Amino acid sequence: MKYLITLLLFFTLSAPVYAAIEVHEFNDAATEADYKNLIEELRCLVCQNQNLAGSDADLAKDLRQQTYEMLQQGKSREEVVDYMVTRYGDFVLYRPPVKPSTMLLWAGPFVLLFIVLIVVMLKVKKTRTVEAPEKKNLDQAKNLLADDLDNSGAEK
Amino acid sequence: MRFLLPLGIFGVLVVLLALGLTLDPKKVPSPLIGKVAPAFTLPQLHNPSANFSPEHFKGKVWILNVWASWCVSCRAEHKVITRLANMKLVDIVGLDYKDEPADGKRWLRQFGNPYTLSAVDLEGKAGIDWGVYGVPETFIMGKDGLIKHKHIGPVDDKALDEEIVPLLKTLLQEPS
Repeated sequence: MKYLITLLLFFTLSAPVYAAIEVHEFNDAATEADYKNLIEELRCLVCQNQNLAGSDADLAKDLRQQTYEMLQQGKSREEVVDYMVTRYGDFVLYRPPVKPSTMLLWAGPFVLLFIVLIVVMLKVKKTRTVEAPEKKNLDQAKNLLADDLDNSGAEK
Repeated sequence: MRFLLPLGIFGVLVVLLALGLTLDPKKVPSPLIGKVAPAFTLPQLHNPSANFSPEHFKGKVWILNVWASWCVSCRAEHKVITRLANMKLVDIVGLDYKDEPADGKRWLRQFGNPYTLSAVDLEGKAGIDWGVYGVPETFIMGKDGLIKHKHIGPVDDKALDEEIVPLLKTLLQEPS
């Protein structure tokens, strides 16, 4: 029993440690929506497969705070994104901009799809087409049929 | 003959994957190279009433080394930075990043202080402006006030001798 109480106490008292939730007050709902959207779309640079919203890294916390402050000051979404990109490069964006250096990234899948479609179409066409008989063979066949018909007519 | 196409695709994949192995995804190229060093005004670690701002080194080649007492790889880097400082080529400014000044001072007492001075970036705001995402990071500024080079992660002997010192020597020879 004593053991159980200790265990329960351990869990209840340690709760605040992992439940450190950031509380932000927003001017209006639109700002809040922008904030939530931005932290989903900005990458955490320390843990690279997480966005700012999902990361517990110190830097992610700071960048969330920065995003919040900028939005509260009335800065637009684009201004916040520009701010991050001038400091950390396009890498912070989960949705990189379309420009010459990212063309391969954006167009690559479609180019591959296109190539695959063409290959598939060629294959299908090849198996479907029944080769047209050559003129010489066709004539020969017609003659044979005609002969056959004549012969059967003669027999009657 | 019918194995030629799969074999070719396999070959291309091997080359691409081999290239991928030589890249380090942890190293994000800084968009700040070639740009003006971002301004900040922060208190000096050993003289909190005095400020430091990158403008102080206008017209000079200098180094900004981001460190912190809580940073483990900074300890490994420390002896390399000390070696660089002993060459007396340029001023090295430390940016004590998100660190309590007392801890920072103790760290420098313990290991030695290679820095001309250190600035305290308690909140990490200057760090964000400089695009710092890990500690240590090292920036080299030219006489024109532009960032010439950024080294991400601890500077080792090889990087110091092969990249940083040659670059510093060329930068020092440039007319101001």
